[in-house]
Amino acid sequence: MGTLYEDIVAHGGEVFGEEHMETLRECVQCGKCTGSCPSGRNTALRTRKLFQMALVDLREEIFNAPELWFCSTCYTCYERCPKGVKTTDIIRTIRNLAAKEGHMSVPHRMIGVYVLKTGHAVPIGADQMKLREAVGLESQPPTTQKYKEQLEQVQTIFRTTGYDAMIDFDWDAMNLKGMEKKGGKK
Amino acid sequence: MTEESKTYAYFLGCITPNRYPGIEAGTKKILKEFGIETKEMMGASCCPAPGVFGSFDMHTWLPVAARNLTIAEEMDLEIVVTCNGCYGSLQEADHLLKEHPKLREKTNEILGKFGREFKGTTEVHHSIVVLHDVIGLDRLKEQIKKPMNDVNVAVHYGCHFLKPREVRGHGSSETPYILEDLMKVTGAKTPEYKDKLMCCGAGGGNRTADSVQSLEWMRQKLVSAIEAGCDCMVHPCAFCHLQLDRGQAEMEKAFGVFFNFPILFATQFLGLAMGLSQKELGLDNQTTTMPDKILK
Repeated sequence: MGTLYEDIVAHGGEVFGEEHMETLRECVQCGKCTGSCPSGRNTALRTRKLFQMALVDLREEIFNAPELWFCSTCYTCYERCPKGVKTTDIIRTIRNLAAKEGHMSVPHRMIGVYVLKTGHAVPIGADQMKLREAVGLESQPPTTQKYKEQLEQVQTIFRTTGYDAMIDFDWDAMNLKGMEKKGGKK
Repeated sequence: MTEESKTYAYFLGCITPNRYPGIEAGTKKILKEFGIETKEMMGASCCPAPGVFGSFDMHTWLPVAARNLTIAEEMDLEIVVTCNGCYGSLQEADHLLKEHPKLREKTNEILGKFGREFKGTTEVHHSIVVLHDVIGLDRLKEQIKKPMNDVNVAVHYGCHFLKPREVRGHGSSETPYILEDLMKVTGAKTPEYKDKLMCCGAGGGNRTADSVQSLEWMRQKLVSAIEAGCDCMVHPCAFCHLQLDRGQAEMEKAFGVFFNFPILFATQFLGLAMGLSQKELGLDNQTTTMPDKILK
């Protein structure tokens, strides 16, 4: 583990390229991101502040800030930044690092459970099958939820990258660990 | 366009087929009307959501998106989508994997575990761009049977349709024109409104993280469209549809006010103007209801 900046460049750099992530250094704190932010209008998210915190290595403070999760990834600041800072991708990378260190809410972890069970973040149920029939479509689309062997490919990816461990997934219960008893529902 | 490209692999995603199948049925029907076939991608999964899985672990997001791309590659077809999330995810993944050979190698190591390989032979298109650029406004206009002359439409682009523009390639995200052009074909007007370019509030796990905050964000957008005299909102994104339509029922619970401001996916609005029924387009089976002015 290096500084937060180094970790951002290393982690995000593997996907977007290091130069893309190094644009964080170009931030001059002008605040155009914050002024453009539709979330900041309603929440405590201040993108400019977030980037300054990242640059001065306030790792725990950022990871514990609820507003880190209030960015909708709308890319407005990304488009407008006069210094070409790749804002949205930097925020997503900081979130990745936070999630890796266990800062991930139960509702966010549950999205992974749906994908591990069906291949879909929003799976289909009996009622929705009727909606499909009403507009003349097959009751179930030919996706991973229908074909188990296809779903297993997605599950293999999650196992390989360790996403299952990151959300504390219980393969026997096909749910988050400990959720079975607390929630009481299957 | 060549004859072969008249067939697309239709990447359904989650919300289109599993919540708003009228978007799927309507889009297929309209494309078919203009000689464009759509084939389902057998075994496709969640795209997966770029602001959600991209935020949690981009090293998982990418191979899942790449796996979806390989399905279209095997079909030897280019992809068409009806959701900005799917568009954002699949187009970005395709772009990154074509640009970065090392990343492609690493991704293919994972896909190789079940015999798949990303080759870089497909492209990702949005259905609305296919309507605008491939079919074209003149041909669309010929099929308008019920002009929408007296309808004021609040166009809502969503985010990942236009941004980041370096990947999407539809020009400036501050002065978009594609939806306006499509609405004008029907005779509808597209008044400017305060929060026109604002996000619906759902993305990036925001809807899941704090739904009331996300709904307040949407409420402001809807109010600004209503204040500008708009009769309905038309958009190109199944995920925005979930937020803007179902979100109005959630807003009623959270804030005690039900706007019933009509929400339509672009092909649903075009479908009505082309003479399809609201039942065929699934508009009779959602939270917001369509007024006579739109149905005629």
